[in-house]
Amino acid sequence: MNKPKNKLRVGWFSFTCCEDSTVVFTELMNERWQDWKRLIDFRHARALQTKNVLDEMDVAFIEGAVSSPEQAEQVKKIRAKCKMLVAIGSCAVTGLPSSQRNQFDEKTRQEIEFILARFNHLDQVQPLKEFIKVDAEVPGCPMDPDKFLAILDLALKKFNIQL
Amino acid sequence: MHQVDLSLTEITKVEGSAALDIRVRDGKIEECKFSIKEFKRFYTQAMAGKHYASLPQLLARICGTCSNAHLLCSIESCEKALGIQPSVQSQVLKDLTMSGLMIRDHALHLYLFALPDVYKRDSFLAFDENSAEEHQLLHDAFDIKAAGNYLATIVAGRSVHAINPTIGGFIKVPTADEVKEAVEKLKAIRPAVLRLIKVFEKCDFSLITQAMPVALVGQPFNFLRGAIKGFGDQAIPEEDYPKHLDHVVLPYSQASAYKFEGKLFIVGSLARLNLSQDTLHKNTKKDAKNALKLFPSQNIFHNNLAQAIEILHCLDSSIDTLEQTKFVKEPLIKPTKKSGVGMGVIEAPRGTLYHKVEIGEDGKVIKGKIVVPTGQNQISIETDLRARLTELLPQELDADALRFEMEKLIRAYDPCMSCAAHFLQVNWL
Repeated sequence: MNKPKNKLRVGWFSFTCCEDSTVVFTELMNERWQDWKRLIDFRHARALQTKNVLDEMDVAFIEGAVSSPEQAEQVKKIRAKCKMLVAIGSCAVTGLPSSQRNQFDEKTRQEIEFILARFNHLDQVQPLKEFIKVDAEVPGCPMDPDKFLAILDLALKKFNIQL
Repeated sequence: MHQVDLSLTEITKVEGSAALDIRVRDGKIEECKFSIKEFKRFYTQAMAGKHYASLPQLLARICGTCSNAHLLCSIESCEKALGIQPSVQSQVLKDLTMSGLMIRDHALHLYLFALPDVYKRDSFLAFDENSAEEHQLLHDAFDIKAAGNYLATIVAGRSVHAINPTIGGFIKVPTADEVKEAVEKLKAIRPAVLRLIKVFEKCDFSLITQAMPVALVGQPFNFLRGAIKGFGDQAIPEEDYPKHLDHVVLPYSQASAYKFEGKLFIVGSLARLNLSQDTLHKNTKKDAKNALKLFPSQNIFHNNLAQAIEILHCLDSSIDTLEQTKFVKEPLIKPTKKSGVGMGVIEAPRGTLYHKVEIGEDGKVIKGKIVVPTGQNQISIETDLRARLTELLPQELDADALRFEMEKLIRAYDPCMSCAAHFLQVNWL
């Protein structure tokens, strides 16, 4: 049996969304911060720290939908660096509500066209699974906190972290 | 620093995605651009054609952290459009929802985003538990956030995208046991909030901004009622606020920017305290007396101190309200008309928030407009970054030190990029 590891290597990433699940994540931290400080090595978490690296991760949590070719490239890079990838919240899982422009009528579409062109948006906003393999999903707007905690527990066991 | 090329593509410890590009040649600043990198989600377009009943929950999704501010502002705009006068109890519950939001949201910013700058740490979680002071702050942070979260949860249903507030009232009210527990939790965190105020009172960070404060000011200090105050003695009625805002296009930013009557201005906690510290709760004024002597202030870093003082005010006023109110289930107030135009103006955590809606005879939204705090602060943030860079030019800072100084200033403003990039500006005819 492999020797237990000290910390779970985690990345937390946000793409096109309102970042509600990041807020829920920091609320869950209220009761659990001492455990998470001990068990989690945040390799990349823009909301928490300045020194972020995109290197080997056990788990990458990604909230938000994909709006641009650059974002699509970035989620592929994250996928290549992590062993387990979890889609967090409705926009990452289904695209909505961030993908609401996909359903706009032609007139509204023309109204926003110059912005889509100026900032190099994709033609359609898409959920993560359209670009990369997703290993687990935490649905909800914001994410379902119990489902997230269950997946985190699963990851701690899967990657043999010393509790 | 005679030559600098700094491109920060990912500003950290802020809400959402922003970037900063700096170019200095021969000791002169050629470029200093603060841009919001969030991709637009076009809420202003998406609201058109939807039934008004779905609008507040849709617009709450503009922003995760200040979702309950968008929710209440949208409810206010719809209630005004439909001729609904909320009950006294609904007003009280809205005030409590705002207090829960302010406590949680300000604490998130102050501890997780701003405090690492004060203690020269990369992350709040990297604070040293073996240091008595840092150990105390770690515990204080999560205790305060949890108390704010609890208040929001018993009143509004949850602290993010709340479910109890709706057009015409609240679908659920807190029980007596929940109220009792909330009062206990709020009283328990008061010493921690006083310690937080002390930390930011002692902090010597400084940048004098030229931007003037603008805020919705009411008596007593609150976030939902009053008149807009800004330059001079004028008090602008809520519904006239947008007439004083000039939309400015920054071609490199995904967000709309504004000036107030053509001038630089700031919204948010610093603006609120500069304009109405006299109306704070009496216990807040007593126990934050020394800190309040620093206001009015043009030091943008005092925005952090102002947020800490607002946490104390929200705590003191909520304790009073909870102890003095017996909540009873009320029926939702019905619309008195089918169509109309309504405007909501509130003070969100980061400043003045404006929602306008036009509802047609069929109950569907014809069009709407939203102006968010960070859009209003965007030009002042960029102007102050340039001023700070000018101050730093004589020093020989390496890239990391310069990045730290620039990010520290951006964080003091507590910008919210999710809010700022929610829509495409459409001018009303």
